[in-house]
Amino acid sequence: MSASDEIWILGIHMTKFGKHFDKDLVDLGSEAILGALADAGVTMADIGILAAGNLMGSGGIGQQLQKQVGQTGIPVYNVSNACATGATALRTAIMAVKAGEVDMGLAVGVEKLAGAGLLGGGGSKKSDDNTWEPKGRYGAVASTDGRIGTDTMPGVFAQVGMEYLHNHAYGGAEFELFARISQKNHSHSTLNPLAAYTKEMSLEQIMGDIMIAYPNTRPMCSANCDGASAAVVVNGEKLKTLSLEQQRRAIKISASVLTTDPYQEACQVLPDVNTLTRNAAKQAYEQAGIGPDDLDLVELHDCFATAELVHYDNLMLCDEGGAVDFFESGAPWRDGRLPVNVSGGLQSKGHPISATGIANIWEVCQHVRGEGGPRQIEGAKVGLAHVIGLGSACGIHVLEKSAA
Amino acid sequence: MTSTGTTDTDTTSAGTPPSQVPLVDYLVLGDDPHLLASECTACGARYFDRRNACASCFATEFTKVRIASEGTVRAFTIVAFAAPGVPVPFVSAVIDCDGTSVRGNLINVEPDPDHVHTGMRVRLTTYLLGTDDAGTEAIGFGFEPVEN
Repeated sequence: MSASDEIWILGIHMTKFGKHFDKDLVDLGSEAILGALADAGVTMADIGILAAGNLMGSGGIGQQLQKQVGQTGIPVYNVSNACATGATALRTAIMAVKAGEVDMGLAVGVEKLAGAGLLGGGGSKKSDDNTWEPKGRYGAVASTDGRIGTDTMPGVFAQVGMEYLHNHAYGGAEFELFARISQKNHSHSTLNPLAAYTKEMSLEQIMGDIMIAYPNTRPMCSANCDGASAAVVVNGEKLKTLSLEQQRRAIKISASVLTTDPYQEACQVLPDVNTLTRNAAKQAYEQAGIGPDDLDLVELHDCFATAELVHYDNLMLCDEGGAVDFFESGAPWRDGRLPVNVSGGLQSKGHPISATGIANIWEVCQHVRGEGGPRQIEGAKVGLAHVIGLGSACGIHVLEKSAA
Repeated sequence: MTSTGTTDTDTTSAGTPPSQVPLVDYLVLGDDPHLLASECTACGARYFDRRNACASCFATEFTKVRIASEGTVRAFTIVAFAAPGVPVPFVSAVIDCDGTSVRGNLINVEPDPDHVHTGMRVRLTTYLLGTDDAGTEAIGFGFEPVEN
């Protein structure tokens, strides 16, 4: 692989996740972009492409951001790919650099989600006219959400976790198991000042909180909040022309993968979040030339406690079917064999949808740069960041410490 | 305990209801209510929605097949918090009906983890969802525990 084929993160930034009542999407996105540019030691004049991710806004976020941070006439790609939107924006910028069209690209993901409430539920209004009329691809005469299963995210991912336990004949206390996974992430977030929630939570508090969709109580669900993240990517050839300090702090993207779910029986009945994650992981390990044992930390998409469990297996952090044993061994705790979600994860750090993909990567970069502060995983050299958007899309990036 | 409509009556043995429509077009009503899937004639993949082509093998011909009315619960959740207008709690489940996965609510069972578990045997049943201004009844379906 020649230097021009290599892709590096030159600068990366995330805003604090939480409630930003006084900031709109453009404020948050601009903050992330300006932070990433400063971290990279470059300006908008150096950037050849902007990929901008936002899911719940009115569209065209990339151009809105340019109007604040710099209108240089470069192409903008506005991307939307469910919870994988941020990773998709980054991947878009990477592809443009990899294709040789530009030598430096910028990706940003931003979301305002504080107080958004439940996502995914139908909530469709009743028709004014009071006769049954079949509509849509199921010829439904009334909303199917709540009548034929659930469309809500906590419910969908609850079933994903319960199915995993069923398939592997788990005989233990399922509710408590998932609550303990959540307890880990809430504990981790106490060291992350950028997390939306930084309070330790006891098992009793987590299990005794409001039930959303069994077995997920409220703290076991990703926290709706506001936030943004951005990254500057550069090819290896260009990097060599930059300062030694920029080269030293650059993080190598040794794998960048985006997958969708291949057809499987049942995948159109209950979303199959497993196959596309496993496929993405396989591709990522192959691209990076490493295996799961080489990882020093993982940020995975724990949109719900029930989701974190299945992704231990999907990302091959354990033997197939061994996710419960992996967790019970203490491995994914920050002092364990393979720390998972030391940021606090989506359950505690928060999940401003489009910001999540790049924020997960930012977290890994902090550690491999040795800039993780009080939550630094000592000696971290390689980390993996994973996101999944229902529908589905899975993004995985493997990040490695610079050799320089 | 189905909490899904204004009324909650077992209609499987109803006499002569005025006029009925199914909640979804893949529910077949009558004396022997069942679900009907579109099966790809090339690869056998089964779908419940209107199809343009097969997601598995890309073929475009389908035939209708009856889905087994009894099955095993493979996954469930008890939804306690839902969109406005959706009565809670209810049990959402994925049921393995002789190899075909079906999505549906578990009904006629207490919606709590002491009464619902993966691996339980269930069967299709229907209920009256509501009646419109023209007097037409909408019939929904769910799965109830098989007693034995």
